[in-house]
Amino acid sequence: MKPLLSIKNLHVRVAGREVLKGIDLELMPGEVHAIMGPNGSGKSTLSQVLSGRETYEVLEGEVLFDGKNLLSMQPEDRAHAGVFMAFQYPVEIPGVGNLHFLRTALNARRRTEGKEELDAMDFLQLAREKSKLVELDPTFMQRSVNEGFSGGEKKRNEIFQMAVLEPKLAILDETDSGLDIDALRIVSGGINALRSAERSMLVITHYQRLLEYVVPDKVSVLAGGKIVRTGGRELALELEKKGYAWLGDGRTPGGKEARP
Amino acid sequence: MSTQTIHELTKRQYEAGFVTDIESESIPRGLNEDVIRIISAKKNEPDFMLEWRLRAYRHWLTLKEPRWQKAEYSPIDYQDIIYYSAPKQKPKLDSLDQVDPELLKTYAKLGIPLEEQKRLQNVAVDAVFDSVSVATTFKDRLAKAGVIFCSFSEAVREHPELVKKYLGTVVPHSDNFFAALNSAVFSDGSFVYVPKGVRCPMELSTYFRINAENTGQFERTLIIADEGAYVSYLEGCTAPMRDTNQLHAAVVELVALDGATIKYSTVQNWYPGDEQGRGGIYNFVTKRGIAHTKSKISWTQVETGSAVTWKYPSVILKGDYSVGEFYSVALANHRQQADTGTKMIHLGRHTKSTIVSKGISAGFGQNTYRGLVKVLKSAEGARNYTQCDSLLLGSKCGAHTLPYIEVKNASAQVEHEASTSKIGEDQLFYCQQRGISKEDAVSMIVNGFCRQVFKELPMEFAVEAQKLLSVSLEGSVG
Repeated sequence: MKPLLSIKNLHVRVAGREVLKGIDLELMPGEVHAIMGPNGSGKSTLSQVLSGRETYEVLEGEVLFDGKNLLSMQPEDRAHAGVFMAFQYPVEIPGVGNLHFLRTALNARRRTEGKEELDAMDFLQLAREKSKLVELDPTFMQRSVNEGFSGGEKKRNEIFQMAVLEPKLAILDETDSGLDIDALRIVSGGINALRSAERSMLVITHYQRLLEYVVPDKVSVLAGGKIVRTGGRELALELEKKGYAWLGDGRTPGGKEARP
Repeated sequence: MSTQTIHELTKRQYEAGFVTDIESESIPRGLNEDVIRIISAKKNEPDFMLEWRLRAYRHWLTLKEPRWQKAEYSPIDYQDIIYYSAPKQKPKLDSLDQVDPELLKTYAKLGIPLEEQKRLQNVAVDAVFDSVSVATTFKDRLAKAGVIFCSFSEAVREHPELVKKYLGTVVPHSDNFFAALNSAVFSDGSFVYVPKGVRCPMELSTYFRINAENTGQFERTLIIADEGAYVSYLEGCTAPMRDTNQLHAAVVELVALDGATIKYSTVQNWYPGDEQGRGGIYNFVTKRGIAHTKSKISWTQVETGSAVTWKYPSVILKGDYSVGEFYSVALANHRQQADTGTKMIHLGRHTKSTIVSKGISAGFGQNTYRGLVKVLKSAEGARNYTQCDSLLLGSKCGAHTLPYIEVKNASAQVEHEASTSKIGEDQLFYCQQRGISKEDAVSMIVNGFCRQVFKELPMEFAVEAQKLLSVSLEGSVG
């Protein structure tokens, strides 16, 4: 089986500073791979580069997605190819209805696939179905995109969008941050319901808390712009006990003290 | 990249840019009392109209062109303007078949199929083409309801008593420089009278279009809703591409008698000039309504065209419990300059006004909101709510907000909220990550920003306005 995502020797600069210093990572279809690491280790940079944010400059390396050169593609083309990112800070778009937004997104992809666009009625039915996954109140779909949503609602909305768009690769960027225990349970439930043999997930998180609910196949630790350790789910538990410091920052053993 | 897209979007050419080849009957350039006499004579006007025009002209001579607005433009030579131009055609038309086919083609290009509108949209259209009305439809149905909807010239001939009673009562000929000029030389326009207690059975609509080169357009509209009447009036504009600047100085007067409602909606798409700001219409308009007891006047405007816009649709809240509303979307792209807003003058007790202004600036566009909320001593319990939002696309444009508030009665409540925002990189990226192209994302975000105003427009107009906004923004967004 070929990997869905293959990252080779990826170096990335942000605002003049090299943040990723040679990342190698493979993700098989259906695999859930957690990326953990201290603050400032480059976790978010990795997710932003994969989804096509422009402020990040790729210095070296390549990323193949489904055999295609991902880094040469526009963000919307990546989305059409099946890349989805659940944002750490979902953006508010005043005056634009949640449903309208999502239908526009879905139909944009369907057009590139040569499929017929969904009309408002068909889409509403689909949205109602999918919204149950994250226990979203239907009225909330009529509101403007993320406007006035609580932190938990925003994250549930991200997972709802993922359910509608059915990506091949879901990048979950600190989806657990800012969630209380009930919201975490609901969001994790949604994520687990969306796990399948065809869908891979890159779960980026600071804490292992989320991984109690969304159990990963693999765990990698990112520190100082490099992957310093890869293991099974037990690695996450070990990190929980020992913190990140014992793994070093990728340059020197021991490294700087990790913040909690 | 986003700057580039905004740039590309705003560069879109003006889609209504073409000139119709119709023989025009014009008088020589320039303005003097003889020209005014010719205009009045050509229109077979009664003496009182000529007198009124001449009074306005003599007053105009004493006035100076105002320059306080936030806009720069080259001086206007008022002696270099042709003040009257009418397409040559048969004097009277019984049906659209008799209209010059060239003219009908022009409407078709603009997407205004009269025939279809007649049948499907239930809209009576009084098409003003270069100052003279050429086609008026649905008259019978309106006549049955007792509604008068005709060209201003016809109203002067057929209903002189109504014209005499109301003309200049809301915007007097002495009101301002451009209103005085309009009063002296106005060529045509629309007239509406809705009798007591009548709800006008359809939306009334007029399409204005400037055509003959160097012909200033001086339209005059007068709408009277008698006690308890209701009328919704739609005005849509578009003009062909042109090199020389064209002056457009219209006057609109609304009279809402006790318990009446007038809803006046505008979509303005005059030629804005090219990317460098050459050509384009000067749109200097005076629009005002007077609201009597328990009546309501509501202005909704979507302003996307013109090189320079100078326009403050206002309401004098004269009667107790009267209501005034102003909902506005103004776009300034390329080198466009828009100085627009409203005046709400509270005279009556418990009068209420609402102002929602959405300004969008792109390219090198300059957008100014200028508004006055004035509560006089008599206006016990008056209330106003004002919301001014500005959206910037790119870094070379400007948004300015100049709210004036004068309150002379301590029981009044006046609220003002303002915001300025940029279309964020974050918003665009969020849309793109979901698969929406940058162009569509910009259009979606801008339309979302304007939603509060669009929902005030009649349905078919709202759809048109959204399209217009997207088209007008193409080539601008960053």
